[in-house]
Amino acid sequence: MTDIAQPRFQRPLKAPAENLGHVLRLGPERPLILDSGKQLTPFTTAYMTYGTLNAERSNAILVCHALSGDQFVASTHPMTGKPGWWDLYVGPGKPIDTDRFFVICPNVVGGCMGTTGPAEIDPATGEPYGLGFPLVTIRDMVRAQAMLLDSLGIDQLLCALGGSMGGMQVLQWAASFPNRVYSAMPIATAARHSAQNIAFHEVGRQAIMADPEWRAGDYALADTKPSKGLAVARMAAHITYLSEAALQRKFGRELHQREALSFGFDADFQIESYLRHQGMTFVDRFDANSYLYITRAMDYFDLAADYGGVLAEAFRGAKTRFCLVSFTSDWLFPTSENKRIAHALNAAGGNVSFVEIESDRGHDAFLLEEPELFDTIRGFLNAAALGKGVTRP
Amino acid sequence: MNRQTPTQIAGESGLRADLAAIAAMIPPGTRVLDIGCGDGSLLEYLVRAKNVDGRGLELIQQNVNHCVARGLSVVQGDADTDLHEYPSGVFDIAILSQTIQATRRPRYVLGELLRIGTRTIVSFPNFGHWRVRLSLALKGRMPVTKTLGHVWYDSPNIHLCTIADFLQLAHDVDARIEQALTLDGSHTKPMRSDEWGPNLFAEGAIFQLAKK
Repeated sequence: MTDIAQPRFQRPLKAPAENLGHVLRLGPERPLILDSGKQLTPFTTAYMTYGTLNAERSNAILVCHALSGDQFVASTHPMTGKPGWWDLYVGPGKPIDTDRFFVICPNVVGGCMGTTGPAEIDPATGEPYGLGFPLVTIRDMVRAQAMLLDSLGIDQLLCALGGSMGGMQVLQWAASFPNRVYSAMPIATAARHSAQNIAFHEVGRQAIMADPEWRAGDYALADTKPSKGLAVARMAAHITYLSEAALQRKFGRELHQREALSFGFDADFQIESYLRHQGMTFVDRFDANSYLYITRAMDYFDLAADYGGVLAEAFRGAKTRFCLVSFTSDWLFPTSENKRIAHALNAAGGNVSFVEIESDRGHDAFLLEEPELFDTIRGFLNAAALGKGVTRP
Repeated sequence: MNRQTPTQIAGESGLRADLAAIAAMIPPGTRVLDIGCGDGSLLEYLVRAKNVDGRGLELIQQNVNHCVARGLSVVQGDADTDLHEYPSGVFDIAILSQTIQATRRPRYVLGELLRIGTRTIVSFPNFGHWRVRLSLALKGRMPVTKTLGHVWYDSPNIHLCTIADFLQLAHDVDARIEQALTLDGSHTKPMRSDEWGPNLFAEGAIFQLAKK
């Protein structure tokens, strides 16, 4: 039968603590104060670092992960055993060269890989937060990252970069802490989540909440999880990360391990089998409540709204160098949204580059091998390092 | 923008002659916007050799990507539609090199340049050059010359003008001419704006202008 009908539970609900990389624990003296007015304390950030911080502490690069990402940007994932999600781009001699730069990648607040999130224990109740976890925003994520940089003794980043939701964080960094970001590279992103994108997220959340195993968010107490709902959410979302052209090229109407149609609801088509696989493997590594919270954070993101509706005001007076990147076939975060940011930066008199890369691979292109993205990141980081006078570690 | 591509390379800068002449007009450490910056040769030279805070606007995406990979700050955009985004007076110098003749609205573009930059530098091929005139007069065909190398139906140059035409446009948009050079092959020489000679003998011209 189908993969979906048989969710697997062989993996733990939470990653084993010893595999999460570095951990910063902040006690009651340093709570994370949230946009909602609530605070998280104690507050934990799990993060990975690569390379060496130079003597001047000037070569730090922050990589911000996307919705389904985590801190394992360039190392084997402890739960899936797969290479880091941006392994192609981060490493010795790679565009984000860890021989030259000190790369930090934290798991976002609300995440499920060691940073405080809905799956963690609420000290007030001694049980997992579940829906008792406060709503978090992109700005909360950035505030938590700033606290991490404080603890690492890094005043200014050479560059903050990230794609999709990572790009939202980069934009928020530049707006909230302009003096702490020498350069910024938001990739395949937007300064606001569009109605269409909110709509897709809502479909995903409703799929999770419609799963009886979700149990109003308290599935951990019953030692279960809403795997079917989360898998469907992932399947729907995954379509938005691709493009019609790429789907057609990769799958067409090819049948999956069969000669003829089954006249049933099995995965007859390769695309069905592929999506089911995507849904199933996601369930193994991602917490359903985290998915609700993080998608909500993206929905709430509207940078201009914090500045009287004028996006340019978010960047007024900023000295940060920006490089925006979009992909021609990305319909989730289309060129027009990225260009809107470039226009706002121009209007603010900012230092901005904007590159649109030809690709038929949709939104996911930023995670894949795209030679022009290699060249763009390398060129931009080289120029930033030169401008800031960064020495090798 | 599709820049014309005279082949002469001048002097130590390694730049094409017309670009080298423009570079010589730009004081070190200034804020410069190069509109139609092409592959970024001029911008890169200005940033590297003159410590200029340089930005570019370029129509062709491949050129933009190439510029950014070189470490330059360049945005993909169209001079005909996107200049209104730039705030007034934020740049010391706005450059429009070998590009005005390829814009749809030269008057609007020049007006915007004068607004964005304290000073504006414009270079263009001179359609009044004797060779162009002779070619049209004798052959009765649209001229294809060394500096204007496209046949009429395949040319990005949709608004060609003569030096006299440009002077009229500068007057119409209330621009003051601060400096004027003629361009012949790899040679530049100062031009007096009341001379009739250059309009016949110069292959191209470079003007530095400011709002009156």
